[in-house]
Amino acid sequence: MGVGIEVSNLNAWYGTNHTLQDINLHIPANHATALIGPSGCGKSTFVRCLNRMHETNPIARVTGTVLIGGLDIYNDAKPVEIRRRVGMVFQRPNPFPTMSIYDNVAAGLKLNGYTHRRALDEIVEKSLKNSALWDEVKDDLKKKSGASLSGGQQQRLCIARALAVDPEVLLMDEPASALDPVSTSKIEDLIFQLKSQYTIVIVTHNMQQAARVAEKTGFFLNGRMVEFDSTHKIFTNPSDKRTEDYITGRFG
Amino acid sequence: MTRIRFQQSLEDLKEQLLVMAGLAEQAIQRAIEAYRVRDLSICDLVSRSEIAINRLEREIDQAALDLLAMEQPMASDLRFILSVIKINADLERVGDSAKAISDRVRAMEQMAAADLPVDIPRMATLAAEMVRKCLQSFIEADADMARSVLAMDDAVDAMNKAAYKALTKVMEEQSHLAPQALNALMISRALERVADHATNIAEDVVFWVQGADVRHHKSVTGGRDPHALA
Amino acid sequence: MAIFVYLIYKGAVSLNLDFFIRNPVPVGEPGGGMANAIVGSAILLAVGSVIGVPVGIAGGIFLAEFGRGTKLANAVRFTADVLNGVPSIVMGIAVYSLVVVPQGHFSAFSGGVALGIMMIPTVCRTTEEMLLMVPNAVREAALALGVPNWRSVLAITVKTASPGIITGCMLAFARVAGETAPLIFTAFGNVGWSEKLSEPIAALPLQIYVYALSPYDEWHRLAWAGALVLIVLIVLAVSLVRYVTSRGVLKGAS
Repeated sequence: MGVGIEVSNLNAWYGTNHTLQDINLHIPANHATALIGPSGCGKSTFVRCLNRMHETNPIARVTGTVLIGGLDIYNDAKPVEIRRRVGMVFQRPNPFPTMSIYDNVAAGLKLNGYTHRRALDEIVEKSLKNSALWDEVKDDLKKKSGASLSGGQQQRLCIARALAVDPEVLLMDEPASALDPVSTSKIEDLIFQLKSQYTIVIVTHNMQQAARVAEKTGFFLNGRMVEFDSTHKIFTNPSDKRTEDYITGRFG
Repeated sequence: MTRIRFQQSLEDLKEQLLVMAGLAEQAIQRAIEAYRVRDLSICDLVSRSEIAINRLEREIDQAALDLLAMEQPMASDLRFILSVIKINADLERVGDSAKAISDRVRAMEQMAAADLPVDIPRMATLAAEMVRKCLQSFIEADADMARSVLAMDDAVDAMNKAAYKALTKVMEEQSHLAPQALNALMISRALERVADHATNIAEDVVFWVQGADVRHHKSVTGGRDPHALA
Repeated sequence: MAIFVYLIYKGAVSLNLDFFIRNPVPVGEPGGGMANAIVGSAILLAVGSVIGVPVGIAGGIFLAEFGRGTKLANAVRFTADVLNGVPSIVMGIAVYSLVVVPQGHFSAFSGGVALGIMMIPTVCRTTEEMLLMVPNAVREAALALGVPNWRSVLAITVKTASPGIITGCMLAFARVAGETAPLIFTAFGNVGWSEKLSEPIAALPLQIYVYALSPYDEWHRLAWAGALVLIVLIVLAVSLVRYVTSRGVLKGAS
């Protein structure tokens, strides 16, 4: 089951660069929320603040509060614990190159000490089914390496890998931008199905994609969140002129 | 500014619709003039413009469809194109009503003149004014002007109802005047429809400009504001 | 290649079974071989690897994964570069002072130490470079799964870079396998078998050196044979490791 995310007064820096300014928003549970905005607007940085990946960069700094399911992820938990509850899928598929498909999916569990063989088999199968990849790979689980799949399959493998640790939130940073249209559609259909079990936050450059998969959309510009509303409203009648200009292609 | 070609396409679409609007408005004004002066040559003009109006309706719909498919318009652009498509249809109907009126005028020429208790000219003036105003509100993207057109529809409806009452009475009591009365009723009906189409166009302008759906504002409360208390 | 052919020409003629199973005999006596030197080299290289490989790999991991940009890392890297540049004879003398003198005798152990220290810079720098070549995306993928950094480094990053790291070890191994100078003052050489690591031990390069400088033709021929055997053994060792690891990688550890 997914949980809601409450962000208050979030500010983020890379060194002296104030990349996020006073972000406040509530991301509803078991919904897909899209974040749009021009390059460099801070949406990727924002998402990385939600699973504390932002701080893997030594010059990164964060202030403010992020509550995930009521838990203060900066003050009441360690990064490693948070990342097990908040999964992430990246723009370019990044399966572990030395591991088989099975090992890739099981990696999150095995590397955290979980070795129960039959349970792992079940979890791997369930995750691959949930990411619509099972039928394509079920005969080659341990024979093929993760890197030998096509781009779209690799991305679904990464999704399966993220799902295997049973997170509550799934962060997706432009998950389909490196994929062809057919693979993109598959990923979007997947997001639709996953919504009922997880809370999904998806960063996308593609506004049509945001419109297709997300109930709520946030528009980021220059490190601030300009408007956050139902996707329907943002795309048919946005309140802020900057939002209107961006989505009609007048700039950005 | 980016998407220059798209902006231009939107301007072109607006231009096309304005040409269509001009033809429709002219058709209605000519039909009313033909009624006023009983000039059959004006009726011919109305018939001919009908062809042009129908052709333009097809072209505008095609252009709008292309923009929807190719450009993925959003927000106000999307509302604009949607409004154009709907206004397009209403303008074509206005043209049809103009032709209906001019046909009635032709028919009247075959009948004896009759003095009927209906003020067609006043209705006609009001309907024509509504058409002019709603098109002006489109040109200027003026939602307030469009909303004022909505209010005028009540007057035309009332006049149509009164005409219906008066003319059915004439048909009952002076049956030799039945053909003329029927004719007049049909003209009244056509004018009432013109007013309705003008109202629709005004509602579409409000939707485009403000993103508000103000259709069927009378709803089931018969003219009263459904959101008012008591 | 030409050298190798010349070696075969000069050395093969003296190769016989005795070479491989007999120890050196005084001049004038028939037979005699370099069995103890072959075994001795193997032992010295084993000791050296046990010292050099773990330290080198650990250093490389530190430089690439945990200390990037820190002053300590710069110091470590500088030290490795300096060590690399130290002439092997100087290394031998250093280990002589540090190990042989306190112990009071030459030993296989001190020889292994000398070789091991010489292996460290190569292993360390190659490990660092191979680790840096692992794309950051792989590291991020592991971190995003909630895997602790140390575990991600060992299980993912190092594993991904392992073919390159092993190559680095092989390079270092091949380089020190033929080193003679550091062994002069440490392993010292032995005409017989060594019983313990604390005893002096024979080594192929040493033996070749001694024989080559001698005035005896018989010993010259043995030196050529020794050189040939040394090269062949190094090539064999490297190939064996390559074979074993390439099969392991393809299997994809479960």
